[in-house]
Amino acid sequence: MGRFHRHDDGTVHAHEHHDHDHIHEHQHEEERAELIGDHSGYATGRERIEVLEDIYAENDRFAAANRAALDAAGVRAVNLMSSPGSGKTTLLQRTLAALEGRVRVGIVEGDIETPLDAERLDGFGAQISLLNTGNGFGGECHLDAPMVARALRGLDLADLDLVIIENVGNLVCPAEFEVGEHRKAMVFSLPEGEDKPLKYPVMFRSVEVVVVNKVDLAPYLEFDMGLFRRNLEAVNPGVTVFELSARTGEGVGAWVEWVAGGI
Amino acid sequence: MHEVSLSLQLAAAVSRAARGRQVRVVYVAIGALRQVVPEALEHAWVFTVRGTPLGAAELDLDLLPAVLTCDECGADTKLGPELGFGCAACGSAATRVVSGEQFTLTAIDIDIEKGTCDGTFPPT
Ligand SMILES: Nc1nc2c(ncn2[C@@H]2O[C@H](COP(=O)(O)OP(=O)(O)OP(=O)(O)O)[C@@H](O)[C@H]2O)c(=O)[nH]1
Ligand SMILES: [Mg+2]
Ligand SMILES: [Zn+2]
Ligand SMILES: [Zn+2]
Ligand SMILES: [Zn+2]
Ligand SMILES: [Zn+2]
Repeated sequence: MGRFHRHDDGTVHAHEHHDHDHIHEHQHEEERAELIGDHSGYATGRERIEVLEDIYAENDRFAAANRAALDAAGVRAVNLMSSPGSGKTTLLQRTLAALEGRVRVGIVEGDIETPLDAERLDGFGAQISLLNTGNGFGGECHLDAPMVARALRGLDLADLDLVIIENVGNLVCPAEFEVGEHRKAMVFSLPEGEDKPLKYPVMFRSVEVVVVNKVDLAPYLEFDMGLFRRNLEAVNPGVTVFELSARTGEGVGAWVEWVAGGI
Repeated sequence: MHEVSLSLQLAAAVSRAARGRQVRVVYVAIGALRQVVPEALEHAWVFTVRGTPLGAAELDLDLLPAVLTCDECGADTKLGPELGFGCAACGSAATRVVSGEQFTLTAIDIDIEKGTCDGTFPPT
């Protein structure tokens, strides 16, 4: 056992490494608030420093700043999530066509690898901002708030009523990252299967609207809508559901009214 | 899923807290709703810190369950791996998450040979 070392706060712990007689300052003694008081249970030569830093806090700060910027411009934002290929971009094409000339829409396009989705949304009079991969949390699996902050700078918010953020196709982590949106919605499509709310409850629970897309495929699938709705209700009671086909346009109207609502 | 980006964020937070001191252990509390795969995080961490001043730092993960509280009967339910959101006591779906969203750097263990003596005394 080495010598004991007394901190200003009265705690004591042992040093193995000093055989010199000394009074010395630990760097952390200037910041004693960060210390766990009792070092006595410790092997010598090490010290535990309490940190308590929420790793998502920075994302949440950016999200709050994004929301403040949107609010200041009077713009409402919807974060649209889904698994890959559920039909987000197809639904957005329908949505932009329906809102053209009525609501000024900006799109934050989360297809960060290719310009393909952004090209499909061209020609409806909407402002479109592409994302770049940052070195924060975000990337190929979800958008984070710093990425969306950069994308929002590519939009003239003063000239918009609504921003729709097409998130990365993924049922896991996009649900965990606030990006500054006012409302979250997701697209689910029939071929994905009735069990998905139970397998991805964090996602299905995070939204206020679930679009059930590709209903035009119902005749070809053995999709049990009742079972799906029960599974969904089990993870997100009272959630709003719009059954529609982004391909045929059937049922899209109710979604469009919701997304443009409050404007 | 994004364990590499989480590792990078974590390493940045650890570096800030360490202020140049040698870090040996990094304690992280992770709630189940963060959907982190511990093995993937460990792997990403090794890869993230290799060749950096944090190269000797190991992760110590405290995996916390998600806990729901029931608005109908008041019971708490610990979520299993399937993460259903119903109350285990009464079956009600009217539950609220009260724990499980943590991703917190709780503490670090540092060597006190390094940096603690401010260079005033030669290390023995
Ligand atoms: N049958 C049918 N096909 C659809 C419908 N909506 C979209 N699709 C098709 O589904 C495929 C994927 O649609 P997208 O709109 O690109 O899906 P997405 O969610 O934007 O995909 P990612 O951005 O890659 O995640 C395309 O081939 C669409 O034509 C629909 O209502 N019915
Ligand atoms: Mg798309
Ligand atoms: Zn000492
Ligand atoms: Zn000390
Ligand atoms: Zn992710
Ligand atoms: Zn209950």
